[in-house]
Amino acid sequence: MLSDQDRIFTNLYGFHSAGLDAARKRGAWDGTQFLLQQGRDWIIEEMKKSGLRGRGGAGFPTGLKWSFMPKQSDGRPHYLVVNADESEPGTCKDREIMRHDPHLLIEGCMLACFAMGAHAAYIYIRGEYIAERIALQRAVDEAYDARLVGKSNVHDYPFDIYVHHGAGAYICGEETALLESLEGKKGMPRLKPPFPANMGLYGCPTTVNNVESIAVAGTILRRGGAWFAGLGTKGNTGTKLFCVSGHVNKPCNVEEELGVTFRELIDRHCGGMRGGWDNLLCSIPGGSSVPLVPAEQIIDAPMDFDTLKNLKSGLGTAAVMVFDKSTDMVAAIARIAYFYKHESCGQCTPCREGTGWMWRVMLRMAEGRAQKREIDMLLDVTKQIEGHTICALGDAAAWPIQGLIRHFRPEIEKRIDRYSANPHPEPVPMAAE
Amino acid sequence: MTKIVVDGTEVDVPPDYTLLQACEIAGAEIPRFCFHERLSIAGNCRMCLVELKGAPKPVASCAWAVRDCRPGPNGEPPAVSTKSALTKKAREGVMEFLLINHPLDCPICDQGGHCDLQDQAMAYGVDSTRYGENKRAVEEKYIGPLVRTAMNRCIHCTRCVRFLAEVAGVPDLGAIGRGEDMEITSYLEQAMASELQGNVADLCPVGALVHKPQSYNVRPWELNKTESVDVMDAVGSAIRVDTRGREVMQVEPRINEAINEEWISDKTRHVVDGLRLQRLDRPYLRENGRLRPASWAEAFSAIAAKLKAADPKRVGAIVGDLAGVEETYALKRLMTAIGSPNLDCRQDGAAIDPAWGRAAYTFNPTIAGIEQADAILIVGANPRTEASLLNVRIRKRWRQAPLAVGLIGEATDLTYPHTYLGAGPETLAEVAGGKHSFAEALSKAERPLVIVGQGALARPDGAAILAAAAALARDIGAVSEGWNGFGVLHTAAARVGALDLGFVPGEGGLDFAAMTQAGALDVLYNLGADEVEIGAGAFVIYQGTHGDKGAHRADVILPGAAYTEKSATYVNTEGRVQLANRAAFPPGDAREDWAILRALSDVVAKRLPFDSLTALRKALYADHPHFAGIEQVAGQDVAAAVAALAGLGGQPGSEPFRSPVLDYYLTNPIARASRVLAECSGLARERVLQAAE
Repeated sequence: MLSDQDRIFTNLYGFHSAGLDAARKRGAWDGTQFLLQQGRDWIIEEMKKSGLRGRGGAGFPTGLKWSFMPKQSDGRPHYLVVNADESEPGTCKDREIMRHDPHLLIEGCMLACFAMGAHAAYIYIRGEYIAERIALQRAVDEAYDARLVGKSNVHDYPFDIYVHHGAGAYICGEETALLESLEGKKGMPRLKPPFPANMGLYGCPTTVNNVESIAVAGTILRRGGAWFAGLGTKGNTGTKLFCVSGHVNKPCNVEEELGVTFRELIDRHCGGMRGGWDNLLCSIPGGSSVPLVPAEQIIDAPMDFDTLKNLKSGLGTAAVMVFDKSTDMVAAIARIAYFYKHESCGQCTPCREGTGWMWRVMLRMAEGRAQKREIDMLLDVTKQIEGHTICALGDAAAWPIQGLIRHFRPEIEKRIDRYSANPHPEPVPMAAE
Repeated sequence: MTKIVVDGTEVDVPPDYTLLQACEIAGAEIPRFCFHERLSIAGNCRMCLVELKGAPKPVASCAWAVRDCRPGPNGEPPAVSTKSALTKKAREGVMEFLLINHPLDCPICDQGGHCDLQDQAMAYGVDSTRYGENKRAVEEKYIGPLVRTAMNRCIHCTRCVRFLAEVAGVPDLGAIGRGEDMEITSYLEQAMASELQGNVADLCPVGALVHKPQSYNVRPWELNKTESVDVMDAVGSAIRVDTRGREVMQVEPRINEAINEEWISDKTRHVVDGLRLQRLDRPYLRENGRLRPASWAEAFSAIAAKLKAADPKRVGAIVGDLAGVEETYALKRLMTAIGSPNLDCRQDGAAIDPAWGRAAYTFNPTIAGIEQADAILIVGANPRTEASLLNVRIRKRWRQAPLAVGLIGEATDLTYPHTYLGAGPETLAEVAGGKHSFAEALSKAERPLVIVGQGALARPDGAAILAAAAALARDIGAVSEGWNGFGVLHTAAARVGALDLGFVPGEGGLDFAAMTQAGALDVLYNLGADEVEIGAGAFVIYQGTHGDKGAHRADVILPGAAYTEKSATYVNTEGRVQLANRAAFPPGDAREDWAILRALSDVVAKRLPFDSLTALRKALYADHPHFAGIEQVAGQDVAAAVAALAGLGGQPGSEPFRSPVLDYYLTNPIARASRVLAECSGLARERVLQAAE
C-alpha cells in the first residue's frame, strides 16, 4: 500500500486547484533551477537509477531512452514530443494529469528537454480531449506568464512548449504516426529504423514519451532515483496510475505501487468486486490490446510488467478492466476486434486485411454461427498478423483474440454447439422490406 | 563495404544497401509489390519479409538497411534467410491477406499474364481460400480517359500515389479512408492532369489501374515486341512497340537510364490509335482541284514532268518534324542532284545554323547530366510540355538537393518550384547584365545550366537571343572543363538529325519562310511538314503518313511510313543517335520513305546510288560518320561553339517568348489523328478554361 507521502499525483482527483500557485504548494516547480544545475548526465543517471519504465504501454526504461539522444547536436535541433494521445480503451490516466496536475507535466517536459538538449517540447493531445487541452493550455500560459518557461525564463534554459490537438485517431498514439500527424501529414506509422532518436520530428532527433513518464520526472529528481526505486518490486519500480474499470463496485483511477496485487487493488481502492470474488470471470489488465487473464491466474497476481508478461498478458497502460461472470467474453472481444478494424490505418497489408477478417469471424463466433475448425483458423490468422506489420497495432489487434482462444475456447465451442443444435434460419428478405 | 550472409552465401555490399538489394546481389529473389527502384520506400505490402538472425520478428527487406543489422554474438556477419520456414510462412500469410479481398476475375482482367499478384500467388498462394466472408466491393473511380480503374483489385501498394507525387510532381491521386476502407482516388473523380499519368498503370502490380484505350484488346502473350524510339518529341524516349499481326497495339516504355529511365509520356504511349486513323494508304494526284487516287507510276510521272519543266533554282524541299535521317539524307542527295539549293528543315523558322557548330544546337549537358547541374536557367521553353521526360529529370535533380531554377518565358507550373524571372529578351538581358537577383545564383553555381528553347529561337530575333544566351552561359562559366552547361531544347524528333545532315539552305538558297511564300517556287517537295502554311503557286509534292495539313495543300501525295513502320535513324535533342525499328508494315500502298525517294530518283533520271537500306546507310556513314555511333553522343567542342554563338551579337526585340507547343496532345499529324489524344486535349482545354474562370 502506497503511503500518502509517496504519492506523486497529489491532486489526481482535482480536489484542489490545478493552477500554478496551488501546484507550487504541492511541490511542482520547486527547485527546478537546482535540478537543472546538476547537469544533463546527472538527470539521466538519476532517471536510470529510478528504474522508471515507460508508462505508455511498452515499459521501456525511460532513462535509457533519454540516453539514446545524441549528446552533441549535429546542427539539427532536438525535440521532445509528449504522447498525450491517450486512446487505448480503458485508459484514462493521462487526462487526469492534464486536467488536475498539468504543472507536473510541464516541469517534467522542461527537465526532460534539458536532459536531451532539446529546446522545444510538443504535447500531442488526443482529439477528443477538449477539456484537457484547455486545462493544459491554461497551465502552459500560466508557466509562460510566470517566466518558468519561454525563450528567456527564470531557469536560464530557453525552452518552448506547444500544445497540439490531434483529430482523434487511435493510430496517432503510435509514436511515429504521431510524428507524421504532428508534421501535418496523414497519421500513418513510419518504417523503423531509423528510430525517432535519430530521425524523428522533421527529421531531427526526437524522443517520444508518455504523459505519465514525463510528469513523474520532476518528483523523481527532487526525491532522488533511489526513493523511486525503493517503491514497487525489483525491475518494476515506482508508482503507477491504475485505471480500474468494469465490474467493480467503485471504478477509479488510483496511484499505487507497482506490484500491488490485483486483489488488494480492487479491495482497497475499488470497493471490492461486484458480487464478491467468486464472481470474477477474468480481467484485461493493461488496456484493450493485451490478452485477458482468467480469474484464478489474476486474482493474487502482483500487478507489474514482468508478472503479467509471464501470464502471457501485459501491464500495458495499467488500464485494468474487470469482468464478472455476467460478461459475454466472446462478444466483448468481438467488440474490441471491431475497434481495431475501425482504427487500422490501412497502410500495411496484414493489419488492413486481417483486422476486418478477424472481426467478422469474431462476430459470428459471438453468435455461435461458426465452425469449430474456424477457431484454429482464427488463431492462425492472428499469428499471421502478429509481428508482420509496420507498427504494433497489428499485434494489439491479434493479442486479445489469442487470449480469448487460449482461455475461453470451451466457451466458444459451447456456443457453436448451441447454435448448431438450434439453428436460426437466415431471415428471408421480403420484397417490400 | 559490409559483409552479410544471405542463405549461407556471404556477400560484400555497401552498408547503405537495403537487405533486398543485398539479397538480389546474392542471387536470392525477393517478392515485392510496393517496392519500386525509382520510388520512395513504402514498406507497406509486407511481401518482402525475410528472417534476420537475431531480430525478434521478420523484417521488411525493402526498408531495412544492411548497416542496421546487428552482427552475431561472436562478431559473425548478420545472417538473412530468404527461404526459411518463418519467411515462407510470413509471405504466405501476407499473400493470403492480399487475396482475401481480391476478386477472382483474372480471366477478364487486362493485367492477366503480366500481373505480379498472379505470379507471386503461384509461389506463395494456397489452392483454396479460408475466407468465408463477403469480399470487399470498391466503386470504380473515373480518373481520366487514359487509365481505367477496377478498384476491387487494388492492393493498396500506393505505387501510383508515390509516382504522381514524386516523379510527376502533381497531387492527382491519393488515398482516402483508413483501414480496409482505404481507397485510392483522385478525390473528386476528376481526370488526372499529369502528362505522365499512363505510367501509373504500368506501375500498378495488379489490374486496378489499366490502360483504358487498350482495355480488353490484348493479352501480353499475343504480342510481338519491337524495341524502338519515340518521335513525339525530341527527347527520343526508349519504347517497345507491341504489335499483333500488322497492327500496333500498344507502346510501352523501355529502360534507358540516359534518357527516360523507365517512364514515357502519355503522348508517346497513346498515340497508337493515331497510327491507324487518317492514314494515307495510296498515292493521290490533284486533278481539277480535287485529289484522286492514283497509282505510283502516275504520281511519279506527274512529278517528273513538273521537275523537268522547272528551273532548279525554283525547286525546293522541306522536311517536317517526324522524318528519319535516312529519308532526309535521300532527299538531300536528290535535291543536290537536281541542283537546287532550296532546302530547309526548320519549319518553325528557328534561328539555328549548323555552320555555328554542332554544339550550338544540341542539348550539350545531356539529359542524365542534368542531375549534376546546380542552377538552371530556362529561356523560352516549357520543358513540361516540350520535353516531359527532360522535365522529369530536372524535377528528379530538384528532389535530390536544393536547386535554383529560373524561368524566362511563359509563366507555367513546371512541377517543381522555380523563380519566374520574366517574359522576354529584356529579362534575359537583365540576368546577363547581373541586374537580376537570379544572376547571383547562376554565377555562384559550380555547374550552371542554360536551356534555350524553341520559343526563344523560332522568331525573327532568334539568332540575337541565342547569342545573348550563349554570352550569358559563357560569362557565368557554364562551359568549363568537364561541364557543358549550355543546351538547346528541341521539340521535333527530326530536327537535330536534319541539321546534322546540313538540311538548310545552300548558297543563295531560300529558307523555309521564303519557300512557303506564294509564288516563290515552282515545285516544292514536302517531306512530312504539317505545321506550316504553303502559299499558292508551287506544285507541292507531299510525302507523309497522315491526311493532315500538308496533304491538304498537296498536288501529289506519296504515302510514306510512320515511325513504327520503318527502320530509321533519329537524333534526339542531346545529339544522341538512335535507331527506330520496324514493328509493323505501312498500310496499303504506302512504302518506306527512303525507298519512295529512291524510286522517284529513277523516274526523274537522277538515280540515287543505293538500292537497299544498308547501302544507303553505308553512304550516309561515309558522309557523316557520327551517325554510325548508335546510342552515342558524339563529342564536340562546346566551348568553341558557345564562344562562336556569343560572338554573333545582334539586338533582340522585346516580344515575350511563347512556347511552340500550344497543345501538348496535338503536336504532330499522328497525334492529331488520335481519338484518345483528342479527348485528352479537350480535357486539358477545359481545365484551362475552368482555371481562367
